[in-house]
Amino acid sequence: MATPTQLDVRGPRFGAAVTTVVLAVAFVSAGTTLATILLLLQTVAFGIGAVVGPHAQPYGKFFATVIRPRISPATKFEDAAPPRFAQAVGLGFAVAALAGIFLNSIALTQIAVGLALAAAFLNAAFSFCLGCEMYLLIRRFTTSS
Amino acid sequence: MNSFGWLALVLVIASAFGLWRRWSEGRAVVDNKHPEIGSAEIGQPLGEKATLLQFSTAFCSPCRTTKVILAKTVDAIEGVAHIEIDAESHLELVRRLDIRRTPTTLLLDAQGRVQNRAVGVPRQDELIAVLASTIGE
Repeated sequence: MATPTQLDVRGPRFGAAVTTVVLAVAFVSAGTTLATILLLLQTVAFGIGAVVGPHAQPYGKFFATVIRPRISPATKFEDAAPPRFAQAVGLGFAVAALAGIFLNSIALTQIAVGLALAAAFLNAAFSFCLGCEMYLLIRRFTTSS
Repeated sequence: MNSFGWLALVLVIASAFGLWRRWSEGRAVVDNKHPEIGSAEIGQPLGEKATLLQFSTAFCSPCRTTKVILAKTVDAIEGVAHIEIDAESHLELVRRLDIRRTPTTLLLDAQGRVQNRAVGVPRQDELIAVLASTIGE
């Protein structure tokens, strides 16, 4: 199957809203089994979004198959690359949060979840894509010329 | 402070940042350092009176909106050029001018000196006013 390169902009935004709720619950329940399960699920979701693409990301898939057919047709599209990059940034935070659990450091988990939560919330509420904005800065620092 | 307090704090800080970003998005700010950009650096001749130099990246959706706004703006004013360059293939210039994200639009005068800088999708009416004062000088 060919990878779609254009996405309905509402898809990633819906996904960010779901991510915000999942991470908020994980944040307040940090240290419990519930938080660990939620973080594992969120890590898998980020992983699929980053490796396969936003179209295959579970929240994006739910939007495309269940919600999108019931709402008005898409009017704005965006390239799949920026949200995919953002999923990879989210994956980094989620892995750090899981590392906190295995290292027995609730502080590390809460800081990582807090940062990912802030990024997902900004995306859902303000349509601000932190991962996309960091792209050029990261290129500036990682490329020497 | 318990976890709910911290959660509320994270959301309040993120909201404040989001509102600030919405407010500052695309505003043309005066660049006091006035760095000079030569046409050789961007590989294209500058506009006769002024140039709108747009830094873009390949997968940036607001860059496309910006391109349309700038193209319309230069169509309306004679002697002003719109040049769009790929930030990733001009990283040296990006570092020298401290371009942090795309789209960033620089307004250059006839000599290639940076007068204003707009980060994000620029506001067309503001841009026209700033251009008029740059050309008028």
